[in-house]
Amino acid sequence: MHSTAPVIDPGLTFASVTDKISSIVLKRKTSLAWFFGFAISFALFQLMLLTITNLVFVGIGLWGVNVPVAWGVDILNFVWWIGIGHAGTLISAILLLLRQRWRTSINRFAEAMTLFAVAQAGMYPIFHLGRPWLMYWLFPYPNTMGIWPQFRSPLMWDVFAVSTYATVSAMFWFVGLIPDFATLRDRARSKPFQILYGMLAMGWRGSARHWHRYEMAYLLLAGLATPLVLSVHTIVSFDFAVGIIPGWHATIFPPYFVAGAIYAGFAMVLLLTIPLRRFYGLEGFITMRHMHNMAKVMLATGLIVGYGYIMEAFFGWYSGNKYERFMIWNRMHGPYSLYYWALILCNIIAPQFLWIKKVRSNLLALWVISFIVSIGMWLERFVIVVTSLHRDYLPSSWGMYEPTQWDWGMFIGTIGFFFTLLFLFIRFLPMISIFEMRTILPEAEVEE
Amino acid sequence: MSESDRHINFKLMRDHILALQDAEQPRGGKKYWRSLEELADTPQFREFVAREFPQQAEGWNDPVERRTFLKLMGASLALAGLTGCVFQPPEKIVPYVNQPEEQVPGKALFYASAAPLLGLATPVLVRSNEGRPTKIEGNPDHPNNRPVDFPAEDPYRDPRGSSATDIFSQASILSLYDPDRSQTLTYREDIRTWTAFVGEIRVALEEQRAKQGGGIRFFTETITSPSLGAMMNELRTTFPQAKWHQYEPANRDNARAGAVMAFGQPVNTTYKFDLAQRILSLDADFLSPVMPGYVRYSREFIARRRVSENIREMNRLYVIETTPSNTGAMADHTWTVKPSLMVAIAAFLAAGSGQTLGAETQLDVNALNAEGIPLDVITRDLQQYRGASIVIAGDGQPPIVHALAHAMNNALGNVGKTVFYTDPLEINSVDQRQSLQELVNDLDAGLVDLLVIMGGNPVYNAPADLRFTFERMQKAKLRVHLSEYRDETSEFCHWHVPAAHYLESWGDARSYDGTVTIVQPLIQPLYDGKTPHELLAVFSDQYDRRPYDIVRTFWQGEQAKTGSTTDFETWWRQSIHDGFIPNTAFQTKTVSVQANLGSPLQSALQSSRTAGSGFELVYRPDPSVYDGRFANNGWLQELPKPLTKVTWDNVAIVSPNTAQQITGGPKQENAKKGRENYVPTVDLVTQQGARVRVPVWVMPGQPDGVITVHLGYGRRLAGRVGGAATEEQVGFDVYHLRTSWEPWFTTGVRVEGPNGSHVIATTQLHFNLEDPNFSTEQRDIVRSETLEEFLHGDKHHDEKHEHPSIYPEYDYKNQAENAPNYAWGMAIDLNNCIGCNGCTIACQAENNIPVVGKTEVIRSREMHWIRVDTYFSGFDPNNPKGINFMPVPCMHCENAPCEPVCPVHATVHSAEGLNDMVYNRCVGTKYCSNNCPYKVRRFNFFLYQDWDTPTYQLMRNPEVTVRSRGVMEKCTYCVQRIQNGKIQAELEDRRLRDGEVVTACQAVCPTEAIVFGDINDPNSRVSKLKASERNYSLLGELNTKPRTTYLTQLKNPNPEIK
Repeated sequence: MHSTAPVIDPGLTFASVTDKISSIVLKRKTSLAWFFGFAISFALFQLMLLTITNLVFVGIGLWGVNVPVAWGVDILNFVWWIGIGHAGTLISAILLLLRQRWRTSINRFAEAMTLFAVAQAGMYPIFHLGRPWLMYWLFPYPNTMGIWPQFRSPLMWDVFAVSTYATVSAMFWFVGLIPDFATLRDRARSKPFQILYGMLAMGWRGSARHWHRYEMAYLLLAGLATPLVLSVHTIVSFDFAVGIIPGWHATIFPPYFVAGAIYAGFAMVLLLTIPLRRFYGLEGFITMRHMHNMAKVMLATGLIVGYGYIMEAFFGWYSGNKYERFMIWNRMHGPYSLYYWALILCNIIAPQFLWIKKVRSNLLALWVISFIVSIGMWLERFVIVVTSLHRDYLPSSWGMYEPTQWDWGMFIGTIGFFFTLLFLFIRFLPMISIFEMRTILPEAEVEE
Repeated sequence: MSESDRHINFKLMRDHILALQDAEQPRGGKKYWRSLEELADTPQFREFVAREFPQQAEGWNDPVERRTFLKLMGASLALAGLTGCVFQPPEKIVPYVNQPEEQVPGKALFYASAAPLLGLATPVLVRSNEGRPTKIEGNPDHPNNRPVDFPAEDPYRDPRGSSATDIFSQASILSLYDPDRSQTLTYREDIRTWTAFVGEIRVALEEQRAKQGGGIRFFTETITSPSLGAMMNELRTTFPQAKWHQYEPANRDNARAGAVMAFGQPVNTTYKFDLAQRILSLDADFLSPVMPGYVRYSREFIARRRVSENIREMNRLYVIETTPSNTGAMADHTWTVKPSLMVAIAAFLAAGSGQTLGAETQLDVNALNAEGIPLDVITRDLQQYRGASIVIAGDGQPPIVHALAHAMNNALGNVGKTVFYTDPLEINSVDQRQSLQELVNDLDAGLVDLLVIMGGNPVYNAPADLRFTFERMQKAKLRVHLSEYRDETSEFCHWHVPAAHYLESWGDARSYDGTVTIVQPLIQPLYDGKTPHELLAVFSDQYDRRPYDIVRTFWQGEQAKTGSTTDFETWWRQSIHDGFIPNTAFQTKTVSVQANLGSPLQSALQSSRTAGSGFELVYRPDPSVYDGRFANNGWLQELPKPLTKVTWDNVAIVSPNTAQQITGGPKQENAKKGRENYVPTVDLVTQQGARVRVPVWVMPGQPDGVITVHLGYGRRLAGRVGGAATEEQVGFDVYHLRTSWEPWFTTGVRVEGPNGSHVIATTQLHFNLEDPNFSTEQRDIVRSETLEEFLHGDKHHDEKHEHPSIYPEYDYKNQAENAPNYAWGMAIDLNNCIGCNGCTIACQAENNIPVVGKTEVIRSREMHWIRVDTYFSGFDPNNPKGINFMPVPCMHCENAPCEPVCPVHATVHSAEGLNDMVYNRCVGTKYCSNNCPYKVRRFNFFLYQDWDTPTYQLMRNPEVTVRSRGVMEKCTYCVQRIQNGKIQAELEDRRLRDGEVVTACQAVCPTEAIVFGDINDPNSRVSKLKASERNYSLLGELNTKPRTTYLTQLKNPNPEIK
């Protein structure tokens, strides 16, 4: 451990922490840049609404999906977004349980990101349906037809996994926000904000009893959320692993997907915090220590993912199965080979630079690598979903897949929606946990 | 309708426009308006068009007043009522084939009729649901469909006749309901009544009386209808100087001329393939629907290839052809050669067969040897089967090849045993090329006053040198066109009479062996169409005779000639019921081969040797749209052509070597990228300088230096499907290249380009020869072995794939209390499949499968529930070892991968083992399709089904759900037919008999390649086939346990040929 940088600027005090964070929401003048960013995101969000409207009225044929490639950019974006969310849960829950105190500065933000990413992800399984208005048939609700969903289907498991994940993440995030809502309520100077934050604070007065119950609840939620880090992406990977398509049907998928998700998630956290921290002058809270740590997590998970790729290829060869062998050959030499090699470049080669401390200390380099990894993870899902499907068993049915403008419309639109939510979040909520930051101040060290 | 619109008087407007045109007449010389577009230059006309065509009306902005609205509504209601009030015709047209007491709602009735093509009748049985014809299958009672004679004791043979038929007759049901069909009788685009038409014709006829009809010309396609022929003859006694010309582009002039050359008279040749053990085809594609009699011939041919416990031998087919064909794919030995070599090959073979030719010295044996065809081995093999062999020449071959084939059959003693000669089937057998030439001469000479075009589309499809240009047509003073569509020819005619579809007509026609087949209507003409009989009647004194009376009266007079002595009414009703008139097949006749084939052979050899340099161009009728007449039929347009799998287009087929040569490099890079369907276009330039731009399609097995193009595309006025003036052209018109003297192939063609690219909608890309390491063969998809290997090789056929499964097995023997315990299964014998696509169209008609259009096919979204895959074997694209066909419906797997992945139980296993698809429950996750290793599932990405066009609503099979947007669909094993059978069996308190339930694909298969039935019954045909050692499961190693299994193909190659 070379990171000797502190997890918080030693010059900060209880008061200055509270001031600094809450002022972004309460005092600081909303910058033009914020408006600019929000406007772009909001415009892209409208593109998403337009795409969805068109899809519902015209049909999912607007997308490039076909037979044999009946899942395309839609499902791969679903997996991509879900993956991005993973860092949040990992940071909030697992690092909390592991008493990694450095997590405090980034957990709020990462959780928000998780929630917003899951919101994007959740839209894809609904709107990729041929008849999205019947989406509720996937839920086990009592109905006059007396039909239950089919519990053997991984899509059914997805419904539970993703909805649980979304619920728990939202709760965790909200519970974590309660003491800060109270702080904002107390500090807000305009009536509407006082009322709004007051309601959100749910009567928080900061009494010892409150704190006691709060800590307990938070810990319990953390415990609840921990298995989700593993389960959600495991189940998402079952969508593929349960299928019999070469390139899908692999036992390595669950761990490899989970590692990939954390990898992508940390890349996204870095991608967003680096500019944000700079812009709002939060270097004191999110220090180089955080950057180093996150880079290391990325490197570690990146290596696991790389191992996954190697094993996939190895299994393909070692199995002696003609379809598996062809699948690997086709990935490397087929029509989509460019995607495969780009994926190797982005996901295996690029993170290797993180071994170098200088790179980890260079925020620009870190940001670029995170960006590359985010693209790489998108490519990974493309390779898994599309190249596996486009040439499966019978060569007569082989085909090609080309995403259409509406595929991109939906993807860019969800990015817009994601950033819309994110911009609202940083403007109206404390993006760093105020009370938790206070606990890691030197002042909070209690001699016993 | 706005205030100002009310004052627009359309008639005034039109007269104004006509006046404008007349005013231009002197200046423009030959100025005449040919189309709306031409007139559209005047602003008045544009306005006129805008107002007349509702889709261009300013509908959104039109404030419809309440009263106007009510008036319009009232009027439409009244009109709707009128159409409902059409009285049934007084004649009795409902003799039953299946004999229910009376029409029961919901119960289909079946009537015999005949689908015409090339003038010949394809006997069909039409299903009618509440008076709407909905499905066409073959007529099993017709002599053409009787069981084959060989083998005498066939355990698999269905004692009933076959219900097989071809794609054209099946798809005609869609043409019947085509909303683009011509709906009104018009005079210069103006709607007129039939009586007005009759009046004008009568006036014209009065003028002709003095000239004895010297100015009257009838133009038809090939006609074999005896009743129509009688009318024509009658007419020609009234007007002795009137002339009758026949022409259609895919005619059989060469076969006729060959017969004349060989026998001195035209004959019709028929074959009995079930009695032939050795067959030599010289470019004859007798296993494809474009060959008259193909349904019969295919069945007979395949009958001789079935190997069972008792029969351990197969026939052997040699094919020497100029472009790969279905027949070539089925052959035991196939060679493809340049068309210019065929005469020499035929001559050599004829000489080897023992025919003295007097031209042997002319044969350049070396050139033939270079082609690698062991001609001596072939002749030796044929010689060993004297009297049990057939030599058949293709219609595209020059007359001398036909003559030589006749000579060979004669020398081999086949005549009277496997080859038979009868009188020509046509009423008036003519050389159509010459007939057309005469008409053109008369037109040019200004001798034609009244040109009556009954059927046919000469403006579109006449040869390049005999083009029916407007200038030429204009010389006929009055032009009448009877046609189902307002097509290119209608545009140049004054009168356009909408023709009745054959399912709306009374008539008769001869089938390939001469049997008179009755054309019986199943529905009143939807659009008031007229039959040729009705049109011809106008030229007689009794101009208002009804077609039914004409046909009936004619046969009243003819009954005695057929040797029938029963009372006419009984005989006639029986004939209509059966769909044919008994004992009307032509008697075989004896003809002798003339000895002097030497001199025509020498001149033919001479001319083939002087073939110019450059490419050789072969014309073929299109396997889907034929000569262009089916261009507006979406089912046929979207039907993947047997070997290329191209839809919605015709292409220039070239070999890989030639492609390299003309496109300046391999398109390998494209192939690697999975973009094989983006092909370059080139210009083909004939010796005459005619030029057409065509996309280049690489076909393994095509001879180098030969380009094959198909007729029938590039229609300008086919309709919304096949190409309309306003829309993008569908395919490329190669009639511009085709000359009357070289109708089937030409030499010295130059290729210019590549000069662009074109996207081809193909359903199957040519990955198959891509990489030897990952070839199709290794995947063990189609199995093919030689008879020798099968009989004496190692028995490694019956590999069983028994893998454990975590799901419990279904118990099909105890489905429920008192259940009949059926378990449905299918066996597809690859040895029988000739790749004719009949099953695909049958399924489309039976199961209300929509047409998706070219752009959707490009995106791999075609909807066919059963497809016929084509695989090339071997690794050399220029010389594939073989071509295999494989029909792929749903496999109805025991361990269906689609079933457990559906989150809403929309695809479930039935108690009888069907893999049911519940459309109502489907939410469209498409997971099932992804997880289907056979990729037989089809998804409604859009609302593909046409829910709005009223005629299409009539067409649909009421027993099959019409799927909407967003649901998955797939083959159901025709579950509606199973249910019908089960209901019937339950009513009669018995089990279903084997063969009682027939799937749509099985019903129309000419070669009985598809067999469906109960696999719980060990004696069912399907169980016996599945017990065969040739039986195998496709991708069986996946443990899907498919219910549809395949039987290995067998080949019978000559051991002397390596």
